[in-house]
Amino acid sequence: MTMFLIIAVSVLVFLVIFQIAKASEYVAVLKGEKKSQRQDNKINGFLMVVFLVLGLIGVWYCNEIYFGKTLMAHDAASVEGARVDSMLMVTVGVTGIVFIGTQILLFWFAYKYQETDNRKPYFFAHSTKLELIWTIIPAIVLTVLVTIGLRNWFLFTGEPPQNAMVVEITGKQFGWIFRYPGKDATFGKKYFKNIDNASNTLGIIWDDQLSHDDLVLEQTMYLVKGKPVKLVIGSRDVIHDVGLVHFRMKMDAVPGIPTTLWFTPKYTTKEMKEITGNPNFAYEISCDQMCGNGHYSMKGVIEVLDQEEYDAKMVGIKPYYYTAFPDKDPSMAKPADSLKLAAKPVEAASKVIAKM
Amino acid sequence: MSNEAVLHAHATTEVHHDAHGDHHGEHHHHETFITKYVFSQDHKMIAKQFLITGMVWAVLGGLMSVLFRLQLGYPDSTFPWLEDILGKWAAGGKITPEAYYALVTTHGTVLVFFVLTAGLSGTFANFLIPLQVGARDMASPFMNMLSYWFFFAAGIVMLSSLFVETGPFSGGWTAYPPLSALGDASPGSKTGMDLWLISMALFVVSSLLGGLNYIATVLNMRTKGMSMTRLPLTIWALFFTAILGVLSFPVLFSGFILLIFDRNFGTSFYLSDIFINGVGALPNEGGSAILYQHLFWFLGHPEVYIILLPAMGMVSEILSVNSRKPIFGYMAMVGSLFAIAILAFLVWAHHMFVTGLNPFLGSIFVLLTLLIAVPSAIKVFNWLTTLWRGSIRFTPAMLFAIGFVSLFISGGLTGIWLGNSALDIHLHDTYFVVAHFHIVMGVASMFGMFAGIYHWFPKMYGKQLNNTLGYIHFWATIAGAYLIFWPMHYQGLAGMPRRYYDFSAWESFNQFGDLNRFISTVAMVVFAVQILFLFNFFHSIFKGRKLTNPNPWESNTLEWTTPINPGHGNWVGEIPEVHRWAYDYAKDGKEFIPQTTPVGADESQH
Repeated sequence: MTMFLIIAVSVLVFLVIFQIAKASEYVAVLKGEKKSQRQDNKINGFLMVVFLVLGLIGVWYCNEIYFGKTLMAHDAASVEGARVDSMLMVTVGVTGIVFIGTQILLFWFAYKYQETDNRKPYFFAHSTKLELIWTIIPAIVLTVLVTIGLRNWFLFTGEPPQNAMVVEITGKQFGWIFRYPGKDATFGKKYFKNIDNASNTLGIIWDDQLSHDDLVLEQTMYLVKGKPVKLVIGSRDVIHDVGLVHFRMKMDAVPGIPTTLWFTPKYTTKEMKEITGNPNFAYEISCDQMCGNGHYSMKGVIEVLDQEEYDAKMVGIKPYYYTAFPDKDPSMAKPADSLKLAAKPVEAASKVIAKM
Repeated sequence: MSNEAVLHAHATTEVHHDAHGDHHGEHHHHETFITKYVFSQDHKMIAKQFLITGMVWAVLGGLMSVLFRLQLGYPDSTFPWLEDILGKWAAGGKITPEAYYALVTTHGTVLVFFVLTAGLSGTFANFLIPLQVGARDMASPFMNMLSYWFFFAAGIVMLSSLFVETGPFSGGWTAYPPLSALGDASPGSKTGMDLWLISMALFVVSSLLGGLNYIATVLNMRTKGMSMTRLPLTIWALFFTAILGVLSFPVLFSGFILLIFDRNFGTSFYLSDIFINGVGALPNEGGSAILYQHLFWFLGHPEVYIILLPAMGMVSEILSVNSRKPIFGYMAMVGSLFAIAILAFLVWAHHMFVTGLNPFLGSIFVLLTLLIAVPSAIKVFNWLTTLWRGSIRFTPAMLFAIGFVSLFISGGLTGIWLGNSALDIHLHDTYFVVAHFHIVMGVASMFGMFAGIYHWFPKMYGKQLNNTLGYIHFWATIAGAYLIFWPMHYQGLAGMPRRYYDFSAWESFNQFGDLNRFISTVAMVVFAVQILFLFNFFHSIFKGRKLTNPNPWESNTLEWTTPINPGHGNWVGEIPEVHRWAYDYAKDGKEFIPQTTPVGADESQH
């Protein structure tokens, strides 16, 4: 019902506007083309200034009410992210000045030089000097921005520090799988044809003994405050994207082509809750590349912990190998003998899976 | 027809001007309804066909955006009437995710290709090139006609994909594989995607037929005296646009061919290491999903300029005419168009900074991308200087031209953010990007198109549009455009990803509920205002005030030397000869000096 009402009202408004417009056209004819054109000029010239003033106030007001809701209102949560923020502020400064300057000139000129009875336009077709000025100045300013940008770019995309931990993250429709290399700090090999949703979500090759202490988690990734982390990113099906807004990082997950990104978390999740004043705060991983109908729900969470908390957390997580082969799990058979068992040659059963 | 046109062009080289030469160019052959309005070979009629078809698509595409904005603005509400319209796609009055993504995808495809490519350069290249260079028609009117009908066919196929059971394609207008290659990964990638590909292939054909024609006409069919440096900037812009299209659309087409092979014939160009839930591991190995993105963006980026350049050209012309003052720095304007056209081919990978691209390669693309800001800055400052000390007439076309400059500045500056890869890592695929490209490419080009329509409507139909409605249209649209897209920058700075159906489950992105509602409401109002414009347009074709002055804007260019309602062939009698550039306004105390006026002995140099 409201729908019909809205449509009816809009049609009515249309008709009224149309009648007014038509009437003003007749008036213009009666008054004379020239005179009514002058009047239109005056009105629109005035509106140019109104639009400029209201627009600039609007820009300020928009910033006033929404800045606090952006990420910029708080510190970036990674060391590298802080560089993004500072670069962003420089860019805002440069482009902001140009924006305000050129918009003022545009609307002010439009107002000031509107046609009047005694205005003579000035024949001004060319000036090499002026054109050189606005070629060279933007070029210099851009060089500065490019320099800042590329220094950061090479830092972000370069090798992570030596002490970085490595976590593998794999996207799938519609969720994330995380893998830690375990005690040996090396991932076991994997092959996509081994994937089996029940016991081997990543297609790990169990033949590879390096895989036996790998930890596989879903939903939550645990990281250590102050410790650089390198993410090795992959996808199981279509292209996804690891979006880490609080860390200011992002990288596509492409099937068949591993990608990486690294950063250094600066605050634990607990600290961020205080900084943002949001008790529900979480470092969310958002998928930022269209990946299907569940794209909007493809969420993961990163929990940043202190080293001690982290260690305590990880001790409690069993290697994925034991999920696949519960009978090999030492805690099921002989507790406290896990190291020996993990190092034993692989059994035939796992070979079969690997060949599948 | 082309032979005849060439003959006529030659005829102008003869010095005799007999009074009875008037019959040249008049057509004596009988024209039926079909040859005049349907399968017309008259460039003016084809232009109108492109324009009106573009309008139909703009309404459909705009309506789609209204529908998905409804979901974004009111995620918790249900609208039972939606189910009446969309059936199972809005079961219970709420748009489903499938429908949402299909709407977003179709909105993007339709607006980019059908409205802002075909509707914009199809209309104005067809209409203005022969009229402004002084030709009776295009180099090949028949190819020109085919160009329209291929476009029409592309539209029909796209439209039919909306009615497929599994839905139209829903993987985003860029159609990245593997999502677009695998029907099992998304229902929209089944039949809907086949139709999408067929439609786009037809569109590429249309675009090539048109583009080759435009290039040939500009190069070969200029009237006597019309040297390249005397061309109006509109023609330069349309010329570069056509070259961009001819060089880049085939690359897109090759990308599509490989995609068709991957989809239907078991090849692995784009596919590797894929396990689909419910299907299992696919046999494909060794392909690269990134290859498609290179092929796509090799068109995709020039495409942005295919959309933008015609608008720039028309705006240059309209600003100059209505400032009653020459365009400032004509050669710099041509040079910057040229620079933009070259750079357009060298920056495609800036859409791919976060794909795992080699960082060194990325840095080259940063440099080349930010280089585009230089010719863009030249254009903006030249437009500003054109206004400076002019004598400005605020026709609706002029208002839209000024609006274009404003939007181009706003959207162009955010390009400096996104082109800098280190910032792009953070802003990529957020609402910041949505705001950026809608302002600089979407709305700005739309403004260029509106400016063109308001300016050349009298030439198209021999009638005048209602000015008051034009003014209302402009002020409501520019205010609305800023209200919609300006705050989106803030959503982007909050990291809100684009193409999300619902943000309520996200702690990081759910703080903008009010803003989303506001944006959706403004979008609906702005959409309604466009209907007002359409009403003005169609009403004026039939009931508008008749044009009495063949040169209503007191403009210098050739199209205003034709009769008010030019026939097929444009000029009665010989095609006029050109003696000067198009921008002699306010020169030597004269208000304007048409291009056809010979240079006087007492004239200051030009």
